Amino acid sequence: MAWFKKSKAPIAPVVNKKVQMPEGLWTKCKNCEEIIYSKEIERNLNVCPKCDYHFRISARERIALVIDEGSFVETDPEMKSVDFLKFKDSKKYSDRLKAALKKNGGGEAVVTGSGLMNGMEIVVAVFDFGFLGGSMGSVVGEKVTRAIELGLEKQAPVLIFSSSGGARMQESILSLMQMAKSSAALAKLKKAGIPFISVLTDPTTGGVTASFSMLGDLNIAEPKALIGFAGPRVIEQTIRQQLPEGFQRSEYLLDHGMVDMIISRREMKQKLTQVLQIFTKQSPAA
Amino acid sequence: MQFFLDFEKPLAELEQKLKELRDYSTDGVDFSSDIKKLEKKSEKLRDEIFSNLTRWQRTQLARHQVRPHTLDYVEHIFTDWFEVHGDRNFRDDPALVCGFARLDGEPCVVIGHQKGRDTKEKVYRNFGMPNPEGYRKALRVMQMAEQFGLPIFTFVDTPGAFPGIGAEERGQAEAIARNLREMAALTVPIIVTVTGEGGSGGALAIAVGNKVMMLQYSVYAVISPEGCAAILWGDGTRGPEAAEALKLTSMDIDALGMIIDDVIPEPAGGAHTDHVAAAAQVKSYLKKHLAELQKLSPEELVEQRYQKFRAMSVIEE
Repeated sequence: MAWFKKSKAPIAPVVNKKVQMPEGLWTKCKNCEEIIYSKEIERNLNVCPKCDYHFRISARERIALVIDEGSFVETDPEMKSVDFLKFKDSKKYSDRLKAALKKNGGGEAVVTGSGLMNGMEIVVAVFDFGFLGGSMGSVVGEKVTRAIELGLEKQAPVLIFSSSGGARMQESILSLMQMAKSSAALAKLKKAGIPFISVLTDPTTGGVTASFSMLGDLNIAEPKALIGFAGPRVIEQTIRQQLPEGFQRSEYLLDHGMVDMIISRREMKQKLTQVLQIFTKQSPAA
Repeated sequence: MQFFLDFEKPLAELEQKLKELRDYSTDGVDFSSDIKKLEKKSEKLRDEIFSNLTRWQRTQLARHQVRPHTLDYVEHIFTDWFEVHGDRNFRDDPALVCGFARLDGEPCVVIGHQKGRDTKEKVYRNFGMPNPEGYRKALRVMQMAEQFGLPIFTFVDTPGAFPGIGAEERGQAEAIARNLREMAALTVPIIVTVTGEGGSGGALAIAVGNKVMMLQYSVYAVISPEGCAAILWGDGTRGPEAAEALKLTSMDIDALGMIIDDVIPEPAGGAHTDHVAAAAQVKSYLKKHLAELQKLSPEELVEQRYQKFRAMSVIEE
């Protein structure tokens, strides 16, 4: 059977011969796959000018879009996660944290604070998907809870912009408990009659959706954002079927009564102000 | 029904031999010295096996086919049980059972995930994975408990909330989230027992209690070991490794010092070897905690529960 034995190594596969472009000059839209000049997207508030796809933005960029310039006062900027389980998969959790901190220039998966929105005092918690997928561990749960408590203390509306893969596996049970902790704080806020608006941005899934993100007096979504409990891959594996078109997107959630409205990034600040002025019985600012 | 996990098999064989010997000795032949010897050996073997269980083996015990489920505990702990059905919106969910009963005469509400034992029942119970209507039924019944001033006992045993198209359409996330918020505000005692698998948000949605306990061989984690392995390594078969990393056993969670109030010891060899004894043990803990909580006013109950969960974090400032 000698002819089965290969005497020579197989021919090496052709190395990828793609044309190399300078990094970041052009961006391919994840939705319409159109290649667009990056600066043009940036100028458009990181929204695709062709199809209105809302790109993910950092917490700082988001804050700049909704909070009046110079009015933001950050709370707990120094709070840090601890690798108390000594969790290790392909990398140690402590190393992942270090890398994320370095990449993000500090902070955590959520930035919290108070500020003015068209002159109205509000408390915000804004997720940063760039930090370990916006996942919720002790720090995120604690910061969100403190933000809600700050709203209670100041009697100011609370806004949470979510963008998260869910609970952070590396803190196991304690990550799960953050869902209960933050939701319990919302029970107090509701009782006190203070508005809470949840803004769901791409993507919001898992334990974050299954706690405060779905508990807004209003749930508002950005267009075409992925929002769900289980991730699409998990569902596909469970039911062994292709998922319907547009499944778990903002428009689908609107159809099924899970969000109140879909607001584009451009109009977000104005709309939120309008809503909160009505909820708090304030006359519209001039 | 006979079902043994791999690491239980040597023990099961020994027990089988013992049983045969006992059967023979009734015919007037005396095997008592052999029986004694074997009993000792069996006990020693059991201690050996059960004192060195890996986290994965404990997970397997938590999922053991013969492990007592909610309705088994109901049968052995409570009297006057009647089940109620439906969320008044969509349908009844057999994966989560709710009803009223008495604990030594004291009226109460009982809520728990329900798994099946044979294939037909497993499918009927959706493997203990509730849909949104299950959580909404639970909330409806818990609010009735508040209306009538009855304590609530919940039994947690689920791989997780069901991940399906219908579940997403009907708002699985919203149903869980709402339960978390509403349970936090209930003015009656809530006592939670994790009896088998405490799987993620699907478990937590009925587990915001004044007191939370875990059975010795139960597990509780943010994700199933298989799910964790699938995400971390793209390989769901590496559950045993993920179980180690997730530190999901009652001992691990007790060691954190802030999540659970008690670990309830199980009969030697696990709760599945003796449902009656396991249930009696659970009952004694339920009674102990209920007596304590009944001293609190409705406001104090809400505050105690809030502070319990409020304290759950490990951070550096």
